Amino acid sequence: MTRFSAWSVFKAGLSGQKNWDRQWRDPEPRPEYDVVIVGAGLHGLATAYYLGKNHGAKNIAVLEKGWLGGGNAGRNTTIIRSNYMMPGNRQFYEHSLKLWENLSHDLNYNVMFSQRAHVSLFHSPAARDAAARRYNLMRLTGSDGEFWDLARLKKEIPHLNYNHARFPIIGAAVQPRAGNARHDAVAWGYARGADRQGVDIIQNCEVTGMEREGGKVVSLQTSRGSIGVKKVGLAVAGNSSRLWQMAGLGRLPIETHLLQAFVSEPIKPMLDQVVVYGVGGAHFYISQSDKGGMVFGGDLDWYKSYAQRGNLPLVQDVSECTTAILPCLSRVRLLRHWAGLMDMSMDGSPFICKTPLGNLYLNAGWNYGGFKATPASGWYFADLIANDRPDPTIGHFDLNRFSRGANIDERGAGPDPKLHG
Amino acid sequence: MIRIDCPYCGERDHAEFSYGGDATVEYPALDAPAEEWHDAVFLRENVRGVQRETWHHVNGCRMWLIVERDTVTHEIHSVQPAHGGMARSLNAHRGPEKPE
Repeated sequence: MTRFSAWSVFKAGLSGQKNWDRQWRDPEPRPEYDVVIVGAGLHGLATAYYLGKNHGAKNIAVLEKGWLGGGNAGRNTTIIRSNYMMPGNRQFYEHSLKLWENLSHDLNYNVMFSQRAHVSLFHSPAARDAAARRYNLMRLTGSDGEFWDLARLKKEIPHLNYNHARFPIIGAAVQPRAGNARHDAVAWGYARGADRQGVDIIQNCEVTGMEREGGKVVSLQTSRGSIGVKKVGLAVAGNSSRLWQMAGLGRLPIETHLLQAFVSEPIKPMLDQVVVYGVGGAHFYISQSDKGGMVFGGDLDWYKSYAQRGNLPLVQDVSECTTAILPCLSRVRLLRHWAGLMDMSMDGSPFICKTPLGNLYLNAGWNYGGFKATPASGWYFADLIANDRPDPTIGHFDLNRFSRGANIDERGAGPDPKLHG
Repeated sequence: MIRIDCPYCGERDHAEFSYGGDATVEYPALDAPAEEWHDAVFLRENVRGVQRETWHHVNGCRMWLIVERDTVTHEIHSVQPAHGGMARSLNAHRGPEKPE
C-alpha cells in the first residue's frame, strides 16, 4: 500500500490521480481469530489499530453489521476538547487531545484536525465562576484554558448576538488547543492503519449470537457464519445493551437515546472557532466545516429510541438556539439533519472495562463524548484487551462504580441517562 | 411527530409531553439490601422494541401516563392513566388497567 507523501501525490498527479490502490482489503472472515472487535466505528477501528501498533497483536478482526464508519462515526458534530473537570475524565480526555495532536502523522492520513479553539460562552456571574473553577483546574493539571472578556470576544467573534439577547453574553471560557476534525477521515485513517497491521475489517457482518463455554465466549454467530474467538471486545455504542444481552449478562447502566445534528447550506467563512453555550434551558454547539456548512446541534430528543432519525420539535428547538446566538444565520437554509444512537449512561461517563466473562471486554456508554475520545478510547481498550487489566487511567471506568458510590457525574445530574447531555 | 392519545385530553403531539422513563422499574422496600436498590436505580433493560414507559402531559392536563411504544418505529400500542383511581374519579374516557 502506498505511503502518502507530497511526492506520491505529485507523482500520481502526472497520471491523473488514477492509480491509487485500495486503502484497505475486503477479506472473507476466517474461521477463528485471536481478537475480534465488534463494531467498525471509530472506537473499534482505533482499538484494532493500537492492538497492532502498541501491542504487536496479530490475527485480529473487526466485525461491522453495516459499512465502516456508518453509525455514530458519521453522525456527530466532530468537536474535540478536553475541558473535563472530574478526576478520571480529566487525564483521559487530555491524553486523547494529545493523541489527536499527532494523529495525522501517526496514521499517515490527514484527519484535518483543526485546533481552532473551543469557545464556551457564559451569561451570568455564576456561570463565569463555575467556568473559572473548571478552567483553573485544567491549567493546574497540564492543560490549557483562557478567559476572554467581552472586548476580546467581540474582537474574535464579531457577529454573535451581543445586543438583544434575553441572557446577555458576558464573556467566554476558551480552550485554544481544542477544535474539530474530519470524521470520515478519522474512520478511514484508522481503517487503513489497522489493515496495514494485518487486521481483517469485515463489513456487512452482523453479530447475531454468542456461544459461551465455562465463563468464556468461544464463538460469535454472525450473518457470515460462525467465528471462533479467543478474546472479544464490544465497541457498539447505541447497541451495547443488545450485545450484552446476547452474552447472557442481563442489564447495563445504559439507555439508548437519539441525538440529532444539523448542517446548513455552505456559506463563506464566518466562524473560525467552535462556539457553545447553555443557558435558560438551551444547549447548543456550532462550528463551520471546511466546505462552508454550519455544523450544529443541541439536546437529545428526550425519549428513548433506537430509530436513527430525529423528530421535528428538536429541529425547532435547535433552530431557535441558532438564531438566538447568531441572528445572522436566520435565513440560511438547512441542508441536512441526521440522528445517531447514544449510549447514555447513568452518570454521563463511559465504560472501558472487563466483564463477568473472562475473555469479553466492554467499551460503551460514551454519551455525547465519543468522537473526541476516539484515540484514547482505542489506546486504552487495546491495552485492556492485550494485558487483561485496566490501565490506572481507566480503572474508574468500570461497571461497579455505582455500587461503590464512585459515580463520575460531570454534570451532577443524577442517575437519569437523558440528562447527561 | 409522535402523537399520544391522552386518556384525559385526546390525541396530542408529543411536544406537549415530557418523557419519564422505563415504567417496568419497581423500587424495592426502603430497607431492602443495597444491591436491590443499585439494580433498580442504575440498571436498565434498554428494550429495542415495545417498551412500557411513563410520560407526563406537562403542557396539558399534567397527568402521568403509561405508554407502550416501539423504540424502533415509535409506534404507540397503548396509553393508560398511571393512576387508575384518578382516572375513575375524573371519568377519563378509557378505564384503568389495574385498580389503584
